[in-house]
Amino acid sequence: MNTLITILRRVLVAVPTIIGVVIVTFILQRALPGDPAVFYAGPSANPEVVARVREQLGLDQPVFMQFLDFIRRLTHGDLGLSISSGHPVLDDLLSRAPASIELTLAALLFAIVVGLPLGMLAALKPGTLVDHACRVIVTVGAAFPTFFVALILIFVFYYQLGIAPEPLGQLNEIYDTIPTTVTGFLLIDTLLAGDTATFQSVAMKLVLPMISLGLFALAPIARITRAAMLETLSSDYCRTARAMGLSYSRMVFSYALRNAMLPIISILGMVFSFLLGGSVLVEQVFAWPGIGAYAVSAVMASDYAAVQGFVLLMAVLYVLLNLVVDLVITAIDPRVRYEH
Amino acid sequence: MSTKKTAFSEFMSDARYIASTNKLTFGAALILLALVVLAVIGPAIAPYDPIATDAAKTLLKPSWAHPFGTDALGRDILSRVIYATRLDLGIAVGAVAVSFFIGLALGSIAGYAGGWTDTIIGRLMDTIMAFPLFVLAMGIVAALGNNVFNIMVATAIINLPFYTRFARAEVNVISKLTYVEAARMGGNGSVRILATHITPNILPKMVVQASLNLGWAILNAAGLSFIGLGVRPPTPEWGIMVSEGAPYIFSGEWWTFVFPGLALVIAVFCFNLVGDGLRDLIDPRART
Repeated sequence: MNTLITILRRVLVAVPTIIGVVIVTFILQRALPGDPAVFYAGPSANPEVVARVREQLGLDQPVFMQFLDFIRRLTHGDLGLSISSGHPVLDDLLSRAPASIELTLAALLFAIVVGLPLGMLAALKPGTLVDHACRVIVTVGAAFPTFFVALILIFVFYYQLGIAPEPLGQLNEIYDTIPTTVTGFLLIDTLLAGDTATFQSVAMKLVLPMISLGLFALAPIARITRAAMLETLSSDYCRTARAMGLSYSRMVFSYALRNAMLPIISILGMVFSFLLGGSVLVEQVFAWPGIGAYAVSAVMASDYAAVQGFVLLMAVLYVLLNLVVDLVITAIDPRVRYEH
Repeated sequence: MSTKKTAFSEFMSDARYIASTNKLTFGAALILLALVVLAVIGPAIAPYDPIATDAAKTLLKPSWAHPFGTDALGRDILSRVIYATRLDLGIAVGAVAVSFFIGLALGSIAGYAGGWTDTIIGRLMDTIMAFPLFVLAMGIVAALGNNVFNIMVATAIINLPFYTRFARAEVNVISKLTYVEAARMGGNGSVRILATHITPNILPKMVVQASLNLGWAILNAAGLSFIGLGVRPPTPEWGIMVSEGAPYIFSGEWWTFVFPGLALVIAVFCFNLVGDGLRDLIDPRART
């Protein structure tokens, strides 16, 4: 019962945040330089056309009424029309979201699979090669721009060594057959179609973008894992566990690691912020057909509806991810449940 | 006066100690100093005009005449990297300064006043933090207009919550201390207490935050200009130079993007190291 109340409270806390996000997005849309009606009417419009556009967009209404209208359209999933593609913004975003999700999840997986053992080993064997490697990776992750690392990886593994596929998009349009869209996720769709050759090609093309983006999530994960493990390993309960005759691996995994998980999971909120922001840059470098690259071209084309839709979608996604992190922490840490 | 002098000499001896035990931090501080000098006098010592194109000298390999090579328009990359120092450091320092002072003011008010003022300011900061920060910066630049000034504004806005929260937490603790109560009993007004009794005590830690934050601000601003926001060609700026050099990766002209990228890395790396050093100096307990 107590747990249920805590979970409900966490979910309710996310509601005002979502409202804040919607308000900020609305303000951003209204802060456009110049008169939006003139902009949407186009350069050759006469005053009557501008007035008609203004009426159509509801810009002749008071700001508060415009806000209500904005909310009403949001609840219908209407984010406006993209002027560069001519499609509804929501359709554009949804059709491109799977590519971005595939990239972001792969990067997160890479970061956890590499970062967690790296941080653990660095804490278990301080001063060794692993510890130094950990420090180097953490420093690189904090000082190298995502896009620069991506370009260096392309230069070394594609141009110099020739072992990476061409860093353009998800598919090779000449050799690969495009699978019929079922889920939109190419890795899943190619498997569903039974096309292992294309699956392999898609997976290969994912490797470099995944590492470029994952490196920046890896650095904070490895750093926090190392610090948290150092702390739990030097604790009295770990020493007691060893003194009582528990095996070394039991002490490390069920005593030290489990207690270190809390700060590691807490840092994931920040990691998601890095990943969602960094994915824009990585998509730009690899011509990835995701929503980040879409947003960049929308910004360049002054396609405001598309940019705002993108910002709103990313913010809502981020709020939900943070909520999940919060709920996981509630699930694993009994102390949080009794906090008021 | 004499106590001030000993405090200063103590600070200097601490600084000397850290510099001698940690050569890396000392080296980073020297490089940083060099970058600042470059930002000031760069245009005077750059060997070539950063925007003068030369069709006869396109994509030259690094050589004695052009140590960093030339780009696709025949411009000298070394000169462009030098010229860009002022703009890159300027945007980052400007953005951090703006968020530092506004954050200090907002956080102090929130921490000192408490109540609904605190709630409103806190909610405002939560809302900024609810966005993936780079994405919010993109949205702000798109909305306010695509120019360098707005890159700085956007970078300042996404940094604001960190300073506000930090100042709020510190002020909240200090304003309950007895010496502040004594000052209030002595008839000092709230503004005077905040300005002369509380703020000077949180400034050192805030400065450490700012120096740790500068590297991140550079990365953010460079990321925005990499995707084509803010800085316009032919203006030399590290982020846009990397993106201009990127297409030549496929023909092996690596120097077009490697040198501006390295300039970015060195600047960020030095800011991070010096920030860590400053933190060790001012707040030894926060060492990790």
